[in-house]
Amino acid sequence: MATAATAHHDEHPYGIMRWLCTTNHKDIGTLYLWFAFIMFFVGGAMAMVIRAELFQPGLQVVDPHFFNQMTTLHALVMIFGAVMPAFVGLANWQIPMMIGAPDMALPRLNNWSFWLLPFAATLLLGGLFAPGGGPAAGWTIYPPLSVQGGMGTDFTILAIHTLGISSVLGALNIIATILNMRAPGLTLMKMPLFVWTWLITAYLLLAVMPVLAGVVTMLLTDRHFGTHFFDPAGGGDPVLFQHVFWFFGHPEVYILILPAFGVISQILPTFSRKPLFGYDSMVYATGSIAFLSFVVWAHHMFTVGLPTAGELFFMYMTMLIAVPTGVKVFNWVSTMWRGSMTFETPMLFAIGFVFLFTIGGLSGLMLAIVPADFQYHDTYFVVAHFHYVLFSGSIMAIMGAVYYWLPKWTGNMYNEAQGKWHFWLTAIFFNITFFPQHFLGLAGMPRRIPDYALQFTEFNVWSSIGAFGLGLTQLLFLYIVVRTIRGGKKATDRVWEGAHGLEWTLPSPPPYHTFATPPKVD
Amino acid sequence: MSSHGSYYLPDPSPYPVITSAGLFSLALGFVLWINEVALGSWLMLLGAAIIIVMMFRWFGTVVSESEAGTYDKQVDFSFRWSMAWFIFSEIMFFGAFFGALFYIRMFAVPWLGDTELLWPGFEADWPTAGPEGPIALQPHEVPGPGQFTPMAAWGIPALNTLILLSSGVTITFAHWGLLKDNRGQLITFQFLTIVLGILFLVLQVEEYVHAYTELDLTLKAGVYGATFFMLTGFHGLHVTMGTIMLIVILVRCMKGHFTPQRHFGFEAVAWYWHFVDVVWLLLFVFVYWFL
Ligand SMILES: [Cu+2]
Repeated sequence: MATAATAHHDEHPYGIMRWLCTTNHKDIGTLYLWFAFIMFFVGGAMAMVIRAELFQPGLQVVDPHFFNQMTTLHALVMIFGAVMPAFVGLANWQIPMMIGAPDMALPRLNNWSFWLLPFAATLLLGGLFAPGGGPAAGWTIYPPLSVQGGMGTDFTILAIHTLGISSVLGALNIIATILNMRAPGLTLMKMPLFVWTWLITAYLLLAVMPVLAGVVTMLLTDRHFGTHFFDPAGGGDPVLFQHVFWFFGHPEVYILILPAFGVISQILPTFSRKPLFGYDSMVYATGSIAFLSFVVWAHHMFTVGLPTAGELFFMYMTMLIAVPTGVKVFNWVSTMWRGSMTFETPMLFAIGFVFLFTIGGLSGLMLAIVPADFQYHDTYFVVAHFHYVLFSGSIMAIMGAVYYWLPKWTGNMYNEAQGKWHFWLTAIFFNITFFPQHFLGLAGMPRRIPDYALQFTEFNVWSSIGAFGLGLTQLLFLYIVVRTIRGGKKATDRVWEGAHGLEWTLPSPPPYHTFATPPKVD
Repeated sequence: MSSHGSYYLPDPSPYPVITSAGLFSLALGFVLWINEVALGSWLMLLGAAIIIVMMFRWFGTVVSESEAGTYDKQVDFSFRWSMAWFIFSEIMFFGAFFGALFYIRMFAVPWLGDTELLWPGFEADWPTAGPEGPIALQPHEVPGPGQFTPMAAWGIPALNTLILLSSGVTITFAHWGLLKDNRGQLITFQFLTIVLGILFLVLQVEEYVHAYTELDLTLKAGVYGATFFMLTGFHGLHVTMGTIMLIVILVRCMKGHFTPQRHFGFEAVAWYWHFVDVVWLLLFVFVYWFL
């Protein structure tokens, strides 16, 4: 398929300066991934606080105001600190190697988009130490509650601005790289699906991050400069915030899941030893999902008092998304059908993804039904739903991607037995944590409340035990990753018997600079 | 400069991380400032200074790399793709505020007027500052206390529309001058564009002073004041940045930078200027004209 890369001398500064000043996509990818990993544990620790408080009814571990800060920050940290940076990290490492480019198109800008993140995270978490504590109005920061909060909300708003700049710059770089840096012969419809999904994700980022910046700016001026965007006394409307926020918010969930679709579409063919089933339809399905994501936002607002025509429109549009998503699930299953499958850790995560993400997709379909949503809205059913799509969807895809590509990045194989332990413990504890939350929600337990009625106790105990197990299991993940970086069985260049694509033609680990002269693809 | 392959890969650079630190200082200072914590304004100043110095250094590096002929056709395309899509993201930023304006005018205010229970007697007209805001003055009415006058479209705003549209023409003449390698035409029309940009800004300031001192129209004048000042204010900010960019390009033109074949710096600024122009047209129609 391609010629091998030419190895080059790895000239770069050493020590801390290497990481502060780097313009190398592999270094920047590593920075992104470690940042995401740290934030994953920070956000995870907050989840542990939440589950500790909910272990039994009554208020025992933290006071309600702190509980609210934890639910708010857990979401913000996981979305903006863990999942998004992890996918950008994967993009940085993989896209240039998968399309035969020497680096990202704009290397200095690439460094900037990373280094904005630690500062943004400092702002976000710094709010916790401000008078009045961190943001406590939920990650959706709805007014009027968020207009009343203390300084922590201002920290959050400025952190969101900084994160937004980072995402926009990152997206520009990814678009320029994919459109401009492909090896000769690598036409768009020959690109690996991970590259495709990231291209579309980058457009979603460009379209909605500025909208989020706009709406939090209105919130800021309502808080401090006397505007009345969200205040009916001045002719404004708090529902306006919800509309603009969810115009960002719904595409945002696809920003969090489309690259995961890409990862799964790389892993499944490798371990099924068959090409991806329905490549073209995968590309079109991704495009359709991205397009539809702009016309479904009000499904988050069915109970706010929309006109009936609006409720119906957003209900049908939302249900329509099940079609391209169904195409994807069908293609993944068909890829495995009659393949010579083996079940290495990345494959386990990919299959786990297909099962569990589909459960999350189906509960999403339930939530899309307006009259049903009147019952489910703001209950634990919603919490269960989005953890099935975000944890067993996005995060399990990221874990699968790490096992899949870590041997390429480090040159060492991870310990297969430990990887399998990590998968099974994660999958089991995940389900113990979140499956009961479906029942809690259907029975009417509201989300974001630190206390609950006695009849909800048993399922909450299950959920908390699962969560503690899930949290501890991730320490095993950290251990496996660190051990693999430090050594282990040497990986071959192709790493996996069934792997195809330009990145597998490079040595493991790849030299600091790869594809200085672009490979030919036919 | 790294010497592998044809695509230019810059050496490690300290600018991005220092710029990020500057932005952090600015953001942190801003949060402290709006919450009246003493150190705030100093941190903001420090952050702004860091950012300005870094922009000089960073852009300076890019300009000298460009003039040294470091960038090939492919690098040029990377710049083009990213600038074009950056402008798209800016459009989406304005889209949030336009969306807010349309939602308020088409839904929120009429619904507020429909509900007799909440604010009996509130008439839903546009412009409005809401049930508790100052009342909009009708034409030929004598202003009383608690009233504001909406901004009229056919004074300064119409003049500013003319000015920005003309500046779109002059920058095109400048571009033609560059393409014909006619430096005189290039520099003259680039200079004219800058003059028009500054004139626009001066008139905009004039309009704001007029609004605050004579019309009682302020940022706090309900949702009309909020949408008016936020939309025109962010636009004005973009015109300011655009004008600075035009000045930088003028200086570069006078130094003899750019060739008829390769002048992406010029084109990027021209694209940006046209974008600012189009946003203004939408503002004129929906913020000033259709009341
Ligand atoms: Cu949604």
